[in-house]
Amino acid sequence: MSLLEIRDLKVNYGGIEALKGIDFAVEEGEIVTLIGANGAGKSTTLKSISGLVKASGGEIWYDGEKISGIDPQKVVAKGISLVPEGRRVFPNLTVRENLRIGAYLSKDSSAVEADFEKVYALFPRLKERHWQSAGTLSGGEQQMLAVGRGLMARPKILMMDEPSLGLAPLLVKDIFRTIKEINETGVTILLIEQNANAALKIAHRGYVMVTGNITLSGSGSDLLNDASVREAYLGTSAG
Amino acid sequence: MTFTTFIQHCLTGISLGGAYALIAIGYTMVYGILLLINFAHADIFMMAGYFMIFAMSSLPWFISIPVVIIVTIALGLAVEGAAYRPLRMAPRMSIMISAIGMSYLLQNLAIYLFSALPRAYPTIEPLKQNFKIGEVSASLVTFLTPVLTIVLVVLLMQLIKRTKIGMAMRAVSRDYDTSKLMGIKINRVIRFTFIIGSALAAIGSILYFTDRMSVTPFSGLMPGLKCFVAAVLGGIGSIPGAVIGGFFIGISETFLIAFGYSTFSDAFTFLLLIVILVIRPTGLLGETITEKV
Repeated sequence: MSLLEIRDLKVNYGGIEALKGIDFAVEEGEIVTLIGANGAGKSTTLKSISGLVKASGGEIWYDGEKISGIDPQKVVAKGISLVPEGRRVFPNLTVRENLRIGAYLSKDSSAVEADFEKVYALFPRLKERHWQSAGTLSGGEQQMLAVGRGLMARPKILMMDEPSLGLAPLLVKDIFRTIKEINETGVTILLIEQNANAALKIAHRGYVMVTGNITLSGSGSDLLNDASVREAYLGTSAG
Repeated sequence: MTFTTFIQHCLTGISLGGAYALIAIGYTMVYGILLLINFAHADIFMMAGYFMIFAMSSLPWFISIPVVIIVTIALGLAVEGAAYRPLRMAPRMSIMISAIGMSYLLQNLAIYLFSALPRAYPTIEPLKQNFKIGEVSASLVTFLTPVLTIVLVVLLMQLIKRTKIGMAMRAVSRDYDTSKLMGIKINRVIRFTFIIGSALAAIGSILYFTDRMSVTPFSGLMPGLKCFVAAVLGGIGSIPGAVIGGFFIGISETFLIAFGYSTFSDAFTFLLLIVILVIRPTGLLGETITEKV
């Protein structure tokens, strides 16, 4: 059985079908990416897994347990963290507090301390600025903070919604390298990206979403070489 | 005005301001979390006055005070649970109307239960003791109110700055959805905010009514509106702002009365509200929060 399994998931936003019944699975240790244009339903998929959006049909299974319909607080407690689109760090909290709040449910303060060190090792910039309020960070630093905050919950699955959005090309490279590093420590990754090229390069498998449906799936490299994908999302025609 | 009377008025003003500050904190904290002007807060304050009357009729003051604080907290939580929580996902206007309705409900409930006639507020003997420093004399409550206010505010600021629940309150005040993703229970944080606001309203009511002799079902109305103005003056959402606003309004009101303009002392407060809203809508310490998309 897969670590995360989505079965016929449907979501309605006031009459509009954002997800029309999608199926996909994420295996333990994988990087899986969902690619597709704006409005394809990628963010909605992650929001409904994390419990922020209630599904109107279908099921979400995690670790042999049905989790669709439960509250976001319980989803994160079970080990699924979401790094939301647009980073959404708490600007009025310091960098350190933002990380601390990522481990809100943890009662073990020595474990939290150890996780601080892990995140600071991954993103030394955050350590330099740990006392600053998060609102004063640059976009790239806020993205690091959002990822670090997600890791503080010690997730089994880290879901990331457009982590490269609005970042300079050099930082985008950094972010994708970091995602790979995080994955190598044993964290399963479910990644949404507009930057399909970069996402497919690091992903084990990918799914292509078009207006609420999954139209194509395959390994990262297969999708990278797929003519229709190249045309639609990578801006280059085949050959 | 001699120097002694000046000092005397200062003391009275600071003391009144302290009580205002404690009530204003309740407005500002609830606004910070729910973006709601909790109109019922004034009536919770009034109810706390009645609770004290009943508690003191059979209990000594040192037991009455904690009892009143606890019962007021329970009332605050009941208002939150009955009038605001069911509307969490509703448009802001609906919850605002619900708050106004709750305010009238509490007033009319008080009329029904306790009649509209003023009831004598019990004397808490130790608070009424007279102190004399040089030429200036005042009761203990006058000295105690500002000191207690400052101590409570410092404690509250530390709670918000240093504890986990305080951190959660700051997070929830900015972003519900992301707070949920962190595992924070939003309703629990909101309840905690109402607990603090109601407890401070209870303490404020004891300090305020001890100087006023009587309680009516409308006793909350004017102080409530003034404390709301105090919160706006300081910058709604900001606790230090509410304290500064409370002291400012308490002191200016006292001096207006001292100079013989008592007819205008209430009008002054509301003129102040209009001036702030025109000149600096964010108040003294308020910050503009850019609407999140």
